[in-house]
Amino acid sequence: MNSVFDLLALQPPGWGGALLRGLVSTIQIALGAYALGLCIGFFGALGKIYGGPVLRWSLEFYTTLIRAVPELVLILLLYYAGTDLLNAVLTSLGFERVEISGLWAGIYVIGFVQGAYSTEVFRGALNAVPRQQIEAAQSIGMSPILMHRRIIIPLMLPFALPGLANLWLITTKDTALLAVVGFSELALETRQAAGATKEYLTFYLAAGALYLALTLVSTLLFSLLERRLRRGEAKVH
Amino acid sequence: MVWDWLPEYAPRFAEGIWLTLQLLGLSIFFGMMLAVPIGLVQVTGPWPLAWAARAFCTVIRGTPLLIQLWLVYYGLGSLFPSIPGIRETMIWSFLRDAFPYAVFAFTLSVAGYEGEIMRGAFKGVPKGELEAARAIGMSPLQVLRRVWLPRALQNVFPTLAGEFILTLKATPLAATITVFEVYGVGSIVRQETYRVYEPLLFVAAIYVFLTLCLVVLFRFLENRRKIPNT
Repeated sequence: MNSVFDLLALQPPGWGGALLRGLVSTIQIALGAYALGLCIGFFGALGKIYGGPVLRWSLEFYTTLIRAVPELVLILLLYYAGTDLLNAVLTSLGFERVEISGLWAGIYVIGFVQGAYSTEVFRGALNAVPRQQIEAAQSIGMSPILMHRRIIIPLMLPFALPGLANLWLITTKDTALLAVVGFSELALETRQAAGATKEYLTFYLAAGALYLALTLVSTLLFSLLERRLRRGEAKVH
Repeated sequence: MVWDWLPEYAPRFAEGIWLTLQLLGLSIFFGMMLAVPIGLVQVTGPWPLAWAARAFCTVIRGTPLLIQLWLVYYGLGSLFPSIPGIRETMIWSFLRDAFPYAVFAFTLSVAGYEGEIMRGAFKGVPKGELEAARAIGMSPLQVLRRVWLPRALQNVFPTLAGEFILTLKATPLAATITVFEVYGVGSIVRQETYRVYEPLLFVAAIYVFLTLCLVVLFRFLENRRKIPNT
């Protein structure tokens, strides 16, 4: 039986390097998906608040449906639908069919799911901005874009941050689901390492530790960020 | 869209739904049995217990459920066969089945997330109510059973209901360790009929329906629990 250190060594035959590579692609997918989710969420929230009936109803449909269906089912549906749609567009334009890389498919699929959740977070936060602040901005003649940039978004961020921090943690953990579709990230690398060596307990514990380290560091960064965003506010306690 | 496979697989989907509900019900039941003490010791307990409960919640909430599930099934599951003589005992047939491992992993997950919520809930009950209960001579256990726990549960019931729906949406993960609940049946159909979208859409519709049923059930329970004039 090999020692734990041999199994987790960075050079082959150890699997430590493979796990770390998996961690890097997990972080890449999570960052990309989170950024995409934030973009969808921000404009989705603006659309829900200011949009006409058609836009509002289609956004309502999007957020309700995404939040009612399990992530795993969504990931499979979006993965197949996305690649089919892209290839249908490409072939109709006369191009060759393509295989989407795992990284981009993962980013698009998880980002699309996260977009629904962050739409709701941003909508709640935008609604929490005191009305008088908006009226004051309007009364001194700020244009809507200037008002959002200078007043609403800075005031909204502290309200949105706890929800956004939660979403980041959910995004990092959702990337593990991509292992089921066969993307090579931390969960899949772990599964392969465990399958090859039959040391299941060691590798799943190691993967758990890596995910935990990622979430703990993230939590720390988010609390620092929140302190910075709230630096002008009066202390409650 | 081709749906001619549906009648053939309908009975298996019914079994899948029943398995999903069993998994959900058992893990919520056992999970809440753990979550209440985990929440309580974080508010009142001696520091080693409070610290251990806190660490448990952090670890469970900080790692993906899929990894926890695989750790329990493949990791712990691979330890049992090495125990000498276990194959001859009654529990072996139980340990060979994937379902108990799924229930165990989901129970831990529910305990971790709901333990954190129960901590806030126990903290949120006004001190005066607990002092009043003590002042009329209730023992600590009576205070917990008659005042503290009911008031705490009442405050967080909507939050808990939302969390249980998240647990329902996590149950498809059990299919990755050969528990053939709704999603698992759907993937069997996908493999056998070579249809990509229809089984997935059907599975998605079942989950939306189950979510709606849970929402209605929790709404009913919430209204029933309400104390008049609060």
